[in-house]
Amino acid sequence: MPLTPVITEHWDDPELFTISGYRRHGGYRALESALTRDPDALISLVKDSGLRGRGGAGFPTGLKWSFVPQNDGKPHYLVVNADESEPGACKDIPIMLANPHALVEGVIITSYAIRAKHAFIYIRGEVPEAIRRVANAVREAREAGYLGTDIRGTGFDLDVVVHAGAGAYICGEETALLDSLEGFRGQPRLKPPFPAVAGLYASPTVINNVETICNIPYIVDRGVDWFRQFGTEKSPGFKVFAVSGHVNRPGIYEAPLGITMRELLDYAGGMRDGHQVKFWLPGGSSVPMLTADHLDIPMTYEDMAAAGTMLGTGTPMIFDETVSVVKAVTRWLEFYKHESCGKCTPCREGTYWITGTLEKFEHGHGTEQEVETLVELCGQIMGRSFCALGDAAATPYPAALKYFRDEFVAATTTSADDQFDPVASYVFAGAVAR
Amino acid sequence: MAISESTREQLQQLAARYPRPRSGLMPMLHLVQSLEGEVTPEGITACADAAGVSAAEATAVASFYTMYKRRQVGQHHIGVCVNTMCGLLGGDAVYEALSERLGVGHDAPTDDGQFWLERIECQAACTHAPVMTVDWEYMDDVTPAAAVEIVDRLERGETVLSTRGPAIRDFRATEQTLAYPEDGLAAEGTPVDDKMLVGLRIAKEGGMAAPGVPAPSAPTGQEG
Amino acid sequence: MTVTNNAPSGPSPDVAGAGTDVEVAVDLITVVVDGVEMRVPKGTLAIRAAEQLGIEVPRFCDHPLLDPVAACRACLIEVEGMPKPQPACAQVLSDGMEVRTQYSSEVARVAQEGVMEFLLLNHPLDCPVCDKGGECPLQNQAMSVGRPESRFTGAKREFEKPINVSAQVLLDRERCVSCARCTRFAEQIAGDPMIELLERGAKQQVGTAADEPFDSYFSGNTVQICPVGALTSASYRFRSRPFDLVSVPTACEHCASGCSLRTDYRRGVVTRRLAWDDPDVNEEWNCDKGRFAFAYLNQGRIESPMIREHGSLRVASWPEAIDAAARGLATARGSVGVLVGGRSTVEDAYAYSRFARTALATDHIDFRARQGSAEEAAFLSSKVAGAPVSAAYDDLESAPAVLLVSLEPEDESPIVFLRLRKAARAGTQVLSVGATATRSLGKMSGRLVSARPGDEANALRSLDDETRALLGQPGAVILVGERIAGSVGAASAVLELARETGAALAWVPRRSGERGALDAGALAGLLPGGRPLTDEQARRDVAAAWGVEAADLPSEPGLIGADLLEAARDGRLSALVVGGVELADFADPGLAVAAVENADFVVSLENHHSAVTELADVVLPVAVVTEKSGTFVNWEGRPRPFGQVFRDALTMSDARVLAMVAEAMGSSLPADVASIRKEMGALGPWTGARTPAPDTAPGASADGVVIASWRQLLDSGLMQEGEPHLAATARPTVAIVSASMAAALGETVTISGPAGSVTLPVVTGDVLDRVVWVPTNSPGCHIHADLGAVPGTPVQLSAGGAA
Repeated sequence: MPLTPVITEHWDDPELFTISGYRRHGGYRALESALTRDPDALISLVKDSGLRGRGGAGFPTGLKWSFVPQNDGKPHYLVVNADESEPGACKDIPIMLANPHALVEGVIITSYAIRAKHAFIYIRGEVPEAIRRVANAVREAREAGYLGTDIRGTGFDLDVVVHAGAGAYICGEETALLDSLEGFRGQPRLKPPFPAVAGLYASPTVINNVETICNIPYIVDRGVDWFRQFGTEKSPGFKVFAVSGHVNRPGIYEAPLGITMRELLDYAGGMRDGHQVKFWLPGGSSVPMLTADHLDIPMTYEDMAAAGTMLGTGTPMIFDETVSVVKAVTRWLEFYKHESCGKCTPCREGTYWITGTLEKFEHGHGTEQEVETLVELCGQIMGRSFCALGDAAATPYPAALKYFRDEFVAATTTSADDQFDPVASYVFAGAVAR
Repeated sequence: MAISESTREQLQQLAARYPRPRSGLMPMLHLVQSLEGEVTPEGITACADAAGVSAAEATAVASFYTMYKRRQVGQHHIGVCVNTMCGLLGGDAVYEALSERLGVGHDAPTDDGQFWLERIECQAACTHAPVMTVDWEYMDDVTPAAAVEIVDRLERGETVLSTRGPAIRDFRATEQTLAYPEDGLAAEGTPVDDKMLVGLRIAKEGGMAAPGVPAPSAPTGQEG
Repeated sequence: MTVTNNAPSGPSPDVAGAGTDVEVAVDLITVVVDGVEMRVPKGTLAIRAAEQLGIEVPRFCDHPLLDPVAACRACLIEVEGMPKPQPACAQVLSDGMEVRTQYSSEVARVAQEGVMEFLLLNHPLDCPVCDKGGECPLQNQAMSVGRPESRFTGAKREFEKPINVSAQVLLDRERCVSCARCTRFAEQIAGDPMIELLERGAKQQVGTAADEPFDSYFSGNTVQICPVGALTSASYRFRSRPFDLVSVPTACEHCASGCSLRTDYRRGVVTRRLAWDDPDVNEEWNCDKGRFAFAYLNQGRIESPMIREHGSLRVASWPEAIDAAARGLATARGSVGVLVGGRSTVEDAYAYSRFARTALATDHIDFRARQGSAEEAAFLSSKVAGAPVSAAYDDLESAPAVLLVSLEPEDESPIVFLRLRKAARAGTQVLSVGATATRSLGKMSGRLVSARPGDEANALRSLDDETRALLGQPGAVILVGERIAGSVGAASAVLELARETGAALAWVPRRSGERGALDAGALAGLLPGGRPLTDEQARRDVAAAWGVEAADLPSEPGLIGADLLEAARDGRLSALVVGGVELADFADPGLAVAAVENADFVVSLENHHSAVTELADVVLPVAVVTEKSGTFVNWEGRPRPFGQVFRDALTMSDARVLAMVAEAMGSSLPADVASIRKEMGALGPWTGARTPAPDTAPGASADGVVIASWRQLLDSGLMQEGEPHLAATARPTVAIVSASMAAALGETVTISGPAGSVTLPVVTGDVLDRVVWVPTNSPGCHIHADLGAVPGTPVQLSAGGAA
């Protein structure tokens, strides 16, 4: 399957981040067109395109928009989830660095469609470069008359605020993001009510991922038929894949949904010389891992689900045989423990317990009984925590155990570093083995 | 350090950026951190006043987010990603080298107050592992030696360029950016690097492109 | 009268829009819980429906009066059609929904056990030394849902312990299960978000801002609703084990909110008091004064009767003291004044009322040991005394608008405040006539109707049309506080406003006993049940009930207020009977002292040594609330009967002591509570013509800077003595002025009044210009004694403490 640069098509133009550069490549033409259309027609268009959320859950974007009650007399809000923090996910930040105007144009079109006069782009605080690039694009768009009052003489008003986070993975959960944006601790909210009905300031709110929004100008400009040439019936469109790990050419690859990991791996120059795939994850640490046996499964929402995992953020992480899976899983659990918001018991306490046990394993302590107990503990979190963070935390261990039980059992007596020389997995030369 | 009247005015302006003042609390905390090098109880109270919340409510927010520090960070914040990808691909060695070089452990300042070292979580740059940050600006694809050299150069006051961003300023300057994102530096450096372009170049070299708009629709595709 | 007749268990049926008496149409839905089909109101939560079947689903964060958070996940149940177990505390039932708890669902049972295991993970095993042990929801549910042995072998979370979230409330963080009941209470119920969940994840913990403790008037409730032993009070911590305590339902003696309490005691000493669940009144809350201020019960008590001999008091036997009192009073018969304290039970007040009119043949009686005016007396006599309930708590909750006049509920009737805040959160518009928009008014989203102290009547008579329209809506309520007595014409204006708008009018006295004393006729011109003394029929009714001739009852209204005190001072009254009165509480304490000093003969019925006992000729010790039974009548007119906590107490109630004196004087009184209640019940409320309403022309505020003031909930009040942790949570004594005045004054101000001056820190507030707000009776500022001032008194201000 060929690569199909769309969002990334002009990234090699160093001026693309400016409004003039973006317009040189056809930027804001979709907006001019959108503003002449009926907002409801835009919602229908996106519905028909079959675009699914690129943040990980894959919820149909047009359907999400259509949940917003219209003519309800309340303000509507668009919130862009640019809090990309999932371990392994590294595609929204590059988009914002390289093509921030695609995001801004998408924000304006989306706001127009859902009748929002305020939009917020919530960018994680740890990436100031993304924040300044997007803020710059917003400023330029405002100066060009694409933002403000009576945009392009249509009577449509829109204000966009770039909001910097401050370090909390949980704010990628959409209701936690809303609480955070309202100036609260970023803890998830009870649902219902759902954000489409009572979101930001208890008003109807659409929350979309960066990449999702960046699809909008292209769909509006080129149409549903064009969009549906990519991907499958259930997973139409293209995807900005970010391939990381022990590959020769890690980086950004944009391709239709349905491309396989083997194809992506080929584009990425294969595994580093002399090494093989040990395990890989299709889209972030929250999706179950796969092995070399799964390289030919199409990267679609439905095929990944059928394989017992998820497409997630579509940012595959690939590790070779030098890596201790015990260590890999322990790090992820340390992450979830660190990022657990504390609101619900299973996630707060479960990650504490599981992480502590895994850290024992990593250092060569523990019992075989504990290898089994951890599976039960993950089961005590899965489906019982307040939000998906708990589910995510309960995912890596059982998935890893499925393929690498022996390694965990061995870890109860032999430390991860004794099983796998950590230096062997480093990507730079010159480090000295212990 | 006392919160000045002009700071209070700035805090009010941040509150006014949003439909409800409380939404301004996070940028406000970034602002006071940029001015004080940490989030002090006085800073929290000033933010609380501007946001219209209690000091406890603002404290609850300030303590929830890891970027808000309650000790002096010093001139530079040094982060090393030790999540699975970066850590196992060498971030662990980078962290150890820096810890030895700086003589300090996780989430703590050096004795001279120049640096703050922190094992940080995933920076959304796994393609560039192992990743280090200086004042939250990317220093991609580091090695232990390169990381130590960066610190050496910062210590000597030399200019250090972010691999995907502007020249390193200092921790407070970055915090200022987080409060006021339009910092005029968007054109600095080379935020789009080879790894972000690798797929595009392969596609171009291989003559691969996204299909055009199918007939009979008018060819309105965004041109290249 | 209200005490025993028509005892209102709910609001008055004649109040529109409210009422348990009215059948309210409720949408019912059919649901199935554990296989049992039941009908519940639409919107019912699964956990509440299960409770109705007697099924207790485990829970920690759930509290029926707090918004659900579904955080602890202890209550997971199975819901038909849902793939994952759902929290029962947040699961709104819909028609036809089928849910299964741990009793019929393996999914629910396993889920609950898993959560319980996680909850206990980091919880210390210090139950044997934990105050909550024995009454701990976590302990109890761990016994029923938990594993016998923990599988966790790691290190538990540790914290430095304990920390003070306030002087009174301590926190042992390692015990906390992050249920957020305390923080939600503080934010949602009290409006004092001074405690919050700090940090995150496994480090999440309750805490305060660095420099702002949890000094909420309602902080003790968080201790009570904490489902583990994380929050404890300094006053009870390590004092006792719950299973060693005897619990008695009681009523709070502090204010007229009328809280139901539970008093726990051990070995003859009260160890703690808790809010009792009374949905009609205090729901499940009370204020910190009601909870913690009980040390006075055991401190400074008068042990035995005393008689003055050669100028000093000496201990006497009861017969001797009773005889001395009877002889002295008999000599002065017809020329005796009776001062009744504001925290008398209605039975005791009734005894004073009857004792005055019969044994003493006098109508010089007043229960208002505070600033009181003739206009106020006329207002109370005409409108309030013995009258049916005009507004109740439920009416506040359903009212479209509530106007407060000379009333700061958070300080002067805290449960009224809580209910008004609840109402305001649901849309009730609160308005307050006064000189300062307090933080408390903000918590009720209230609006200030500006009136300089003394100008209330004018403000009430010139309300704008919008405000009048608000009060004209059905269900609107006007609440009047005790301070209306200090504003000329205000009571008359309020009556007029209520007539014009149709708004319900209720009087919210500060003290617990005032409404009962009023109903009992402990006010000159007023016989029990609101009967006018001057009404022939009324006097005949009362005489019959008392077994005396109508002709023997006084027929001319006696002296009240300052007139009564002046008469005693000037020798026009020769004796005083004083029951539970603090002389410093009067607007003019000097006059009160002179009255007691100058009276030929003074009998003091008191439980504590006081300024009156210092001067009295005969001191008769009486019981405190824990040593007697009785009834308080709260502001609604709702009786709050309570039983005797210490049944073997040797002390006697005021009524019993008065009965002994009466007997020695050849008169008689019913001595026990049952007899008094029976007599009052038989008498019933007055249905005839009432005393005329006052019609006093509006007064005017004095020129210059005037005092605005009220008593703070926690202040120098004598019943708060002996509880330093509580006192440490009181609000600091400050002078509050407008921003422009504060700018002119600087950091401190010296306020000079007729009697002296005080110097206080200046705080900027939303106060009218040329008004300075100070507390009436707080450490460092007792306006009656220190300044010779009352609200409205002009004072001189000077900057920077330069006197």
